Amino acid sequence: MKKGLRLTVNGQPYELYIKPKTLLVEVLRDHLGLTGTKRGCDSSSCGACTVMLNGMAVRSCSVLALQANGGEVLTVEGLAKGNELNSLQKAFLDYGAFQCGFCTSGMLMSATALLNENPKPTKEQIKEGIDGNICRCTGYNSIIRAVTAVVKGEYKEAK
Amino acid sequence: MSKYSVIGTRVHRVDGPEKVTGNAKYTFDLVLPGMLYGKVLRSPHPHAKILKIDTRKAKRLIGVKAVITGKDTLGRKQGIWRRFPELCDEEILCREKVRYIGDPVAAVAAIDEDTAEEALDLIEVEYEPLPAVFDPLEAIKEEAPQVHDGVELNINVTRHIEWGDVDEAFKKCDHIREDQYKLCSQAHVCMETHDAVVSYDYGGKMTVWTSTQSSYYIQRLMADMTGLREGDIRVIKPTTGGGFGSKFELDSAQFCAAILSMKLCKPVKIVLNREEEFTATKRRTPMYYFLKLGAKKDGTLLAKEVRVITEGGAYTAMGATALYLTGFFSSFPYKYPNYRFDGYRAYTNTATTSAMRGFGAPQSTFVGESQLDMMAEDLGIDPIEIRRKNGMTPNYEVPGQAYIQSCGLHQCLDKIDAHIKERGKLPPNHGIGVSAYGFMSGGIFNWFDTPYAFSAAIVRINIDGKVDLFTGACEIGQGSDTTLSMICAEELGVKLEDIRIHAADTGICPVDLGAWGSRTTLMNGNAVKMAAADAKRQLLEFAAAKMGPNIVYDFDIKDQWIHLADRPERGISYFDIVKEAIRGKDGETIIGRGHYTPHRKGMISPAYSFGVQAAEVAVDPETGRYKLVNVTTAHESGTVINPVGIEGQLEGAIMMAGGYGYCEDQPMDEGKILNPSIADYKLIRSLDMPETEILEIDTYEPEGPFGAKEAGEGLTNPTAGAIGNAVYKAVGVRINDLPITPEKVLRALKEKQKKSK
Ligand code: FES
Ligand code: FES
Repeated sequence: MKKGLRLTVNGQPYELYIKPKTLLVEVLRDHLGLTGTKRGCDSSSCGACTVMLNGMAVRSCSVLALQANGGEVLTVEGLAKGNELNSLQKAFLDYGAFQCGFCTSGMLMSATALLNENPKPTKEQIKEGIDGNICRCTGYNSIIRAVTAVVKGEYKEAK
Repeated sequence: MSKYSVIGTRVHRVDGPEKVTGNAKYTFDLVLPGMLYGKVLRSPHPHAKILKIDTRKAKRLIGVKAVITGKDTLGRKQGIWRRFPELCDEEILCREKVRYIGDPVAAVAAIDEDTAEEALDLIEVEYEPLPAVFDPLEAIKEEAPQVHDGVELNINVTRHIEWGDVDEAFKKCDHIREDQYKLCSQAHVCMETHDAVVSYDYGGKMTVWTSTQSSYYIQRLMADMTGLREGDIRVIKPTTGGGFGSKFELDSAQFCAAILSMKLCKPVKIVLNREEEFTATKRRTPMYYFLKLGAKKDGTLLAKEVRVITEGGAYTAMGATALYLTGFFSSFPYKYPNYRFDGYRAYTNTATTSAMRGFGAPQSTFVGESQLDMMAEDLGIDPIEIRRKNGMTPNYEVPGQAYIQSCGLHQCLDKIDAHIKERGKLPPNHGIGVSAYGFMSGGIFNWFDTPYAFSAAIVRINIDGKVDLFTGACEIGQGSDTTLSMICAEELGVKLEDIRIHAADTGICPVDLGAWGSRTTLMNGNAVKMAAADAKRQLLEFAAAKMGPNIVYDFDIKDQWIHLADRPERGISYFDIVKEAIRGKDGETIIGRGHYTPHRKGMISPAYSFGVQAAEVAVDPETGRYKLVNVTTAHESGTVINPVGIEGQLEGAIMMAGGYGYCEDQPMDEGKILNPSIADYKLIRSLDMPETEILEIDTYEPEGPFGAKEAGEGLTNPTAGAIGNAVYKAVGVRINDLPITPEKVLRALKEKQKKSK
């Protein structure tokens, strides 16, 4: 039996009908075509699927879409304003904080959530903030440098 | 000021904006109209005869479009070592026998993944389980079950390397050490699992989108296995989520999707789930190592003898290369006058072992660097000193094997020496261990039997000066698209943003063997440089004709300015000459072509890079737990083309190679991998990651583009050895089997205590 779901994703309201066991990540990727959010595991342990739900970072592979009913979701696609990248994205480019890029969306969302909660995290807190996200390519330190640069105010957000 | 405008500068990756916006499309993201979803049924037995497969119930399930088994294939076997038919031993879809837990036996295509999954449960396979063998030392015994018929003692490949007179030399040694090691497996854990979308059309043409390290290998192997002509198969590599050695062989996702698509003339997508990725793709080769090392009192190494038995798993794959390279790199990076290696690869009923970043060199470097430290201690010599005494130098010939041109090992040793001294006295239970290494810039061997150049590139200049670069090189995250674009821009004298790269699409790009053996920067880089030079020469002809200077002047292009090499102010805009050149060629675009195949460069590689790493650990002697505090690497890779790329390669290698030394493992029970999930397979996460420091040493490699050589895989070689040596320095225990876990350290500490009582 399909159920109705209302969801706002990156500011855009959607209404759809889904099977109750559909995961949030499936709605985003398969129903809405927002493939920036990735899946890297079957055990809720890699962080590749991280998005923000009502301001909090969640693993969209471990949330039923219906649990998010009425909620607001921010995915990686919602970070840039038009074709202007946001500070974190620019910092990721400048500091080479990604290689294959498969973990990058999740990393950006975990970092976004961290900075929302704590705009001035210490290095240790940045490490903690992305500890749930596996990156097999970079060794994390470039990501930590990129986030640190944003924390230090090296980037100005476009208004 | 640098003589270069593009190379050596800190640039954004050319694929960067797409990746940081989530807009890059991976195979994982592709959806085609009418696409079906496939799933693979795999053997639950490590070794069994397939008596019967009944697919009728599965076929009747609503939504299922096709079910295939080995009977639907041509029954051929494939492998990367195509020159040796007996080593092409993998059917992919097994017909008579399964050889490991995870061997594919059937596949389904259905309207969605859930239906395909459900259909798998409806396929009935009758097996007759056979006795199985899991350990290579057991597999080579007379009474062991045979994994492949007719393969005596299950020995799949042997390899002998020898120079000098080893036995005589040992007689002259003042001190000899014999040590044994056991090296574990390791999973690649690409964040994008193996996946493919294959579309076979009614016209008999196949298109494969797949996450791969070599579109050419997949094209060729797919042709071998399907009977299609190479040219009827187009392999396109979309953005790829990691490779690390796991993605250049034809895999079950690609092959099963192809056979299903050929049956249905519809696109079929197969994505391996994480458990399949852990259990049914290739992995790092576990090895038993037996080492004998002889030295003079003063630390001069006279002889080394190495015996290795590797766990092959069910098939050959690239495992034969891992055996060969562990043998060769066991002599690195030292000048052994006498050396002997005997290696055996044994088939076992376990998941196939093959290439993983560093091939067999992380194994040989761990054991070699551990033993060398012990030798130094026995002789009362400083670890850096013994490495200085024996380390390779420029223009050194590894007898009968290889010729090393550039080599900055000694500068690296000096830097690390200074780093350790600067660190001064360490806190209690801290230790710094060092490890020296070298690696190749691509393999010279052609076991694949390609008739093509190893690398090739085409440069096309459009009327507006924009440059299309076509190459078969595979960007898998390592940064090749950026590095090659930089080489192209530098050689042509234009800006990086003038280049648009089109890579790894066999339909439009010339052949390249792919991203393995750390070959891309040197081999493909040379091809790109040659193609760009060819295009540039054509432009310069027009420039010379137009400007008409004295014939003795040379032209060059830099920053989009075509000018007299000696008088840069006398010139003309690149854009103007492009327009005129195209008009002058009757409207033909300017096309430059380049290719590279190493000739007369020994048996292994055209060039080698070197480095020394120091790892600092802090051990808690109560628990055996330890922290990786700092890893500092002095490294040389010739001219640095892409500095941001090298930093990334280095730090990423420390995560992966540190994991190899510290925590990564694939324990098994009767051939079953016990930790096939990211929750259970321990990887280094951000909190475990040490501080990293890179000390770049300047060298110039005559064989490489602009003097560059590899900077990718070699960096995975030293870390496990450096960690092992550091733990010893910290608390005085040696662990001879990887990974060096807290439990093992604690056990060794307790034993040590007992002995000293
Ligand atoms: S996909 Fe791995 S945590 Fe969600
Ligand atoms: S960039 Fe490849 S997994 Fe992080």
